[in-house]
Amino acid sequence: MARIKRNLAVTAALAFCVAGSAAAQISDGVVKIGVLTDMTGAYSDLAGPGSVIAAQMAAEDFGGKVLGKPIVIVSADHQNKADIASSIARKWFDEQQVDAIADLVSSSTALAVMPVAAEKKRITLLSGPGSTPIAGEKCTPYNVHYTYNTYAMAAGTGRTVVQTGGKTWFFITADYVFGKSLEADTTKVVVAAGGKIVGGVKAPFPTTDFSSYLLQAQGSGAQIVGLANAGADTINAIKQANEFGLTKKQNLAGLLVFLSDVHSLGLATAKGMYLTTAFYWDRDEASRKWSKRFFERHKKMPTMVQAGVYSELMHYFEAIKAAGTDDADKVMAKMRELPVNDFFAKNGRIGADGLHRHDMYLAQVKSPEESKHPWDYYKILKTIPAADAFEAPDPACPLVKK
Amino acid sequence: MIQVLSGQLLIGLINGSFYALLSLGLAIIFGLLNVVNFAHGAQYMLGAFVAWMALHYCGIGYWWALILTPLVVGLLGIVFERLCLRRLHGLDPLYGLLLTFGLALVLEGIFQNAFGISGNSYPVPEALQGGTNLGFMVLPRYRAWVVLVSMTVCFASWFVIEKTRLGAYLRAGTENSALLQAFGVNVPLMFSITYGFGAALAAFAGVMAAPIYQVTPLMGSGVIMVVFAVVVIGGMGSIVGSIVTGLGLGLVEGLTKFLYPPASDVVVFVVMALVLLLRPAGLFGRQR
Amino acid sequence: MSAGRATSVASMWAYALLVVLGLSAPFFAYPVFAMNVLCLALFASAFNLLLGYAGLLSFGHAAFLGSAAYLTGAAVKLWGLPIELGILAGTTVAALLGLIFGALAIRRSGIYFAMITLGFAQMIYFLVLQAPWTGGEDGLQGIPRSKLLGILGLSGNLPMYYFVFALFLVGFWVIHRTIHSPFGQVLRAIRENEPRAVSLGYDVDRYKLLAFVISAGLSGLAGSMKALVFQSATLSDVHWHRSGQVVLMTLLGGMGTPLGPVVGALVVVGLENYLASYGSWVTVITGGVFMACVLSFRRGIVGEVLALMKRSF
Repeated sequence: MARIKRNLAVTAALAFCVAGSAAAQISDGVVKIGVLTDMTGAYSDLAGPGSVIAAQMAAEDFGGKVLGKPIVIVSADHQNKADIASSIARKWFDEQQVDAIADLVSSSTALAVMPVAAEKKRITLLSGPGSTPIAGEKCTPYNVHYTYNTYAMAAGTGRTVVQTGGKTWFFITADYVFGKSLEADTTKVVVAAGGKIVGGVKAPFPTTDFSSYLLQAQGSGAQIVGLANAGADTINAIKQANEFGLTKKQNLAGLLVFLSDVHSLGLATAKGMYLTTAFYWDRDEASRKWSKRFFERHKKMPTMVQAGVYSELMHYFEAIKAAGTDDADKVMAKMRELPVNDFFAKNGRIGADGLHRHDMYLAQVKSPEESKHPWDYYKILKTIPAADAFEAPDPACPLVKK
Repeated sequence: MIQVLSGQLLIGLINGSFYALLSLGLAIIFGLLNVVNFAHGAQYMLGAFVAWMALHYCGIGYWWALILTPLVVGLLGIVFERLCLRRLHGLDPLYGLLLTFGLALVLEGIFQNAFGISGNSYPVPEALQGGTNLGFMVLPRYRAWVVLVSMTVCFASWFVIEKTRLGAYLRAGTENSALLQAFGVNVPLMFSITYGFGAALAAFAGVMAAPIYQVTPLMGSGVIMVVFAVVVIGGMGSIVGSIVTGLGLGLVEGLTKFLYPPASDVVVFVVMALVLLLRPAGLFGRQR
Repeated sequence: MSAGRATSVASMWAYALLVVLGLSAPFFAYPVFAMNVLCLALFASAFNLLLGYAGLLSFGHAAFLGSAAYLTGAAVKLWGLPIELGILAGTTVAALLGLIFGALAIRRSGIYFAMITLGFAQMIYFLVLQAPWTGGEDGLQGIPRSKLLGILGLSGNLPMYYFVFALFLVGFWVIHRTIHSPFGQVLRAIRENEPRAVSLGYDVDRYKLLAFVISAGLSGLAGSMKALVFQSATLSDVHWHRSGQVVLMTLLGGMGTPLGPVVGALVVVGLENYLASYGSWVTVITGGVFMACVLSFRRGIVGEVLALMKRSF
């Protein structure tokens, strides 16, 4: 009996050793990605199921394996609630051997999950959240802020609009952290470019009826009405702005507008609006090719968030391959070392603060007459180089070398 | 300053008349059936979507939708009342509330699955496009139309319920349905039609709203809390109460949006709490 | 008499079984899931005290859960208080809020009572949204778990689970004692026939208020626990959906039965977790369950089981 027990113990120990050494290469024998996104709430159209499809495409295009081990994609709906996001993340990390979480789409869920991942030394690949403190005072060593942030959106639209003559601004801001951050960043850029803020109003989040605020905007006489909000708020504001004749004398600047928003508004209502984007499906041959493949599976053209999920995962897989392991520290180092050059971004670089600095594009929404085929919505006016689009690393982030 | 204020007050009145129209169905169903119809918001959403689907799949325009949509949703309401709500007759009104709450979740979930969340655009009908410059603001023609229709429908409903024989039967049914039935009136049928009428009113408001707000599956839950507050403040069961309160709330909200916008969401609940503490049955309500 | 003895023996066995289940839960279920169930079970039990026993439907109970969560979070994270004082602070604030809201709302009954509580809850939601220290949309994140009484570390899932379980038992015991006391009997009398209770000389308003305060305080305890389990307090804790969720749990499990809300919480949280990958079908299914419960299973799961048992004995 004692001998059997001892043999069992030795075998068990050996098994652990073998498993342990294999783990030094790819933990648990699988590279598991968790796409944690908003499947049913306000962001489900710009991310949601589309992000999951993008992730699956990345896994397939990479060959389904990294360093000989399979890639597995799992997904879940955080319903835009920080507590649900954080408990799903915990469960994934503790019980399901998830190595990295992608998407997250909203800043509040991202800020809830980032510390959980950092504590457990797993990676978060954000595509969708916009809050600048994510790469600033809230930065973690295991986080990549990939697609855009509010400063990049503000810099593009704000600066260019001022340069084309839109000097006086009035803000309609969604009264929550994201809206205020968007307004603050745009104000900085507008003032630096020589513009002037003549007024603003904070609308509760969410709001359906903007008539009162639009009236105040009209009363201010500003040339540009900046919409520091997103999603349904922006759509309603634009629709009603048209209704109240605001667009006849003033111009709208949508500070955070996605392709899905323009699609649901229709070109007749959205035409002429300036916006900044990290990605447009019809920009060049490479982006067209990828987007058409995406369209076959999702039946809608990709937003920058969804394209960002694909690109960040490909970069992650490349980093694992280059590092020879999926150990979080080594992979993060490789992700910062290797540049990003694909259909999504040219000359993209992930900094010590986790922020992916890449070129952004200033676009204008076409009018119905200018649009020649379905989803032909934007004309790309200008490429904004990464150095202008994003700020220098924020010293509030402890990872940034002083 | 006067200019800006007049503009805000006018917008407040426009919104107020819309609130009045929206609250009408809920007030009628509670007043006559003693049921708190939590599905009201979902029926409003249903109205907007049916109008949108009619346009996109059948080419049926706004004017026809105004008539057809309430009929469709009203019919669905009658079916729901016959199959489900009737079973709760006589029980604590809590159950009616919970049942309709469940219905709201089901309807919203189905439409969310089918249409996503960003919603769809419904165009303003040609005849009502454009606006008039009043000097202190541009008044969109469609919004003026909304005020006209709301006031007409509110008045018509009030007239039917308070001044006609049918209305008298309905009110009698609330007081003592057994006695009314003894007089030969088909009370169950009357109740079904009442519920259907309330749902139809909600759907009608939805069609009116479609050209202004995006047609999204969650447009109902965005509005249901305010509607409840309006009906409660006005006095649950008083048609006049909810009309007057709707208008009043529009004005109060408009002023708040001008003076301190972040509070515009919550001002209705503050008013509600105050009113209920001072006048327990609402402004125009009758103590039951 | 023997039926009564049989049910009380049966209920003793039920309690014993549940305690055993509770003690062994972390070994066959994910501990964080189990802790979530415990917090919400306490919340639903506290709510049931008001609805099932006093007959008062409150639509704003999330205000107590959420405000305690935020208070405890702030106490522990921003003011550096130890965990015991943090929980005490949260629970006390919730009870105080219960006293204020209750005193004002008790004057009305039925649907008006429900609407007043809803109104108050919306105001709390607004206050939480606007206050600078709550983090608004982001919520209060990174709430630390200090050592219990300075010695017992709670950062691991296992010790935290047993701490939460102990608190749950304390809360549940308070409810149990309240229900099975003369006070509880008077509450039931008030629910069954209020005018009669008044005619018998009972100060009905004071009883209702006391029940309201106990219910609010224990909901607060549940909220404090939840904030420490998830180490965050977010807007979903004060949103009216949360108030709706607790009604569903109580109704589904069985109003007016001591264990109903616990069962209801287990089922609802289980469903939410299980169906999380199905997106908006969760809403449809939840709604369907609601409707089915109201139409055919008004007694709830435990209620139906008890009825079955009564029939067979």
